Amino acid sequence: MSNYYQPDIETASREEIEKLQSERLVKAVKRVYEKVPIYRERMDEAGVKPEDIKGIEDLYKLPFTSKQDLRDTYPYGMFAVPMEEVARLHASSGTTGKQIVVGYTQNDLDIWGDIVARQLVAAGITKKDKVHVAYGYGLFTGGLGIAEGSRRLGCTSIPVSSGNTARQLTIMQDFLSDAIACTPSYAMYLGESAAKAGIDTSKLPLRAGIFGAEPWTEEMRKEIEKSLNIKAYDIYGLTEIMGPGVAYECSEQRGMHVNEDHFIIEILDPETHKPVPDGEKGEIVFTCLTKEAFPLIRFRTKDIGTVTHEKCACGRTFVRMSKPMGRIDDMLIIRGVNVFPSQIETVLLQMNLSPNYQIIVDRKGVLDTIEVQVEMTEDTFSDTISDISRYERELADRLKSVLGIAAKATFVSAGSIARSEGKAKRVIDRRNLV
Amino acid sequence: MFIKQLSVFVENKQGALSEIISLLSNSGVNMRAVSIADTQDFGILRIIVNDIDLAVDTLKKHNVIVRANNVIGVELADKPGSLARVLELLTSGGVNVEYMYAFVTPGNADAAYLVLRASHNEKAEKILADNNFKMLSEDDIKNM
Repeated sequence: MSNYYQPDIETASREEIEKLQSERLVKAVKRVYEKVPIYRERMDEAGVKPEDIKGIEDLYKLPFTSKQDLRDTYPYGMFAVPMEEVARLHASSGTTGKQIVVGYTQNDLDIWGDIVARQLVAAGITKKDKVHVAYGYGLFTGGLGIAEGSRRLGCTSIPVSSGNTARQLTIMQDFLSDAIACTPSYAMYLGESAAKAGIDTSKLPLRAGIFGAEPWTEEMRKEIEKSLNIKAYDIYGLTEIMGPGVAYECSEQRGMHVNEDHFIIEILDPETHKPVPDGEKGEIVFTCLTKEAFPLIRFRTKDIGTVTHEKCACGRTFVRMSKPMGRIDDMLIIRGVNVFPSQIETVLLQMNLSPNYQIIVDRKGVLDTIEVQVEMTEDTFSDTISDISRYERELADRLKSVLGIAAKATFVSAGSIARSEGKAKRVIDRRNLV
Repeated sequence: MFIKQLSVFVENKQGALSEIISLLSNSGVNMRAVSIADTQDFGILRIIVNDIDLAVDTLKKHNVIVRANNVIGVELADKPGSLARVLELLTSGGVNVEYMYAFVTPGNADAAYLVLRASHNEKAEKILADNNFKMLSEDDIKNM
């Protein structure tokens, strides 16, 4: 049985959670209408007044916020408090465009600390433990976000920050880190480096890892758990909404609990913008309920995911979200089914096939067809047709079960998939040419 | 005793086979026997060469997927009934043939050579050796 940091809310009934969300949403909408010009304009355009929002059932009436809105109002156009109340600024790296800047009041920082502390406790961390923070400290939310959570929980944080792997390993051994927080790819690297340095990780007190800020797979989780001899937890967050801690994983490791007392998650059909049922894929959209400095309403993340309201064995009642499964911009619609290249990548990874693949979409008559071409590798190649055909059939079967539609699987020569600037072109859609 | 066969993945598109053969010939690899198995989408080129290491290195350098794998090389009398006898022995020994092909050499006009890959290579090899068939070695292939 798990421990909780704030058991009253973490195990509250659905009715209690929704009642709290409704009360908070009404206030949040009123606040942004008064304080943030772009929200007032958008709501006026849509003919929605703050008093039209009486609870979460009215959420759909509110206009969306996009990443572009944040860029257009850069730097401070969406702040809802005067700068004298802003305790700290963070910024997103801007890998997909201009950077954006976000602000936090002291109260925002305390809430951020609380939701990160929920993750720490869910990972079995107590006040007695030392949390090794190998996320970067700075404008990036990772380092200071985990530090904020450690402070609220009352455990010891070790602010190593990122980089200098040899030093990370020395500190891990000498300072006796009980838990580590960093990106999953860095955790993989630490594990490999520890093995190379001849460090027996089973002799270290390290027992939990909190990893996020980039996409990772179940295979990576297994790898990290083995090489660092820990249990690895997935933490979700995004700078625009808060930073790490928007959703957190419990020991069940079956989806991340969204901190619903502070955020509303919606999963929307990318075409109709209507909510999809539990388990179905759609765009992840967040609304901040308590944020003071930078409160976003219906922020479209462009990430694809699912939610489930199913009861979790850990006892927490917050809805669980999946890992983001891809970006909305990459989505293909084939025979009415939404298909994401990332789903195909996962299958290839599971089968230990080449990461160099191409999706060919075509239309034969009235029917869309999808073919996944994968470069042959030495591991997969065999001198008999039957061995290779077996791989093709297994790939086709797995693709069908993951995508929900039949796909043809074909092996092609190594290096034959066209690359531009080192990156393979993933999708060839021939349907428009017909 | 086994011999090494060069197995090459060939995509089913124009020029793919010719490209591989050119690479081998340019590096001076000589072929004793060639066979190709094909499906709708791809083929497997199987070759017995005089210098397997050179052949593998050459193709790998050009990013071609290859494998050097064990096959049985067996000498038969070049007359009716020889092959039938081999297959009967294997069948009664419970071994299936995955694939096979044959070649002859000008050096030995009375013999034909069979290249064979069985479901259980070791078992097949033992059956044939026990029945006094001459099994080919790597040296035999080099010196042909």
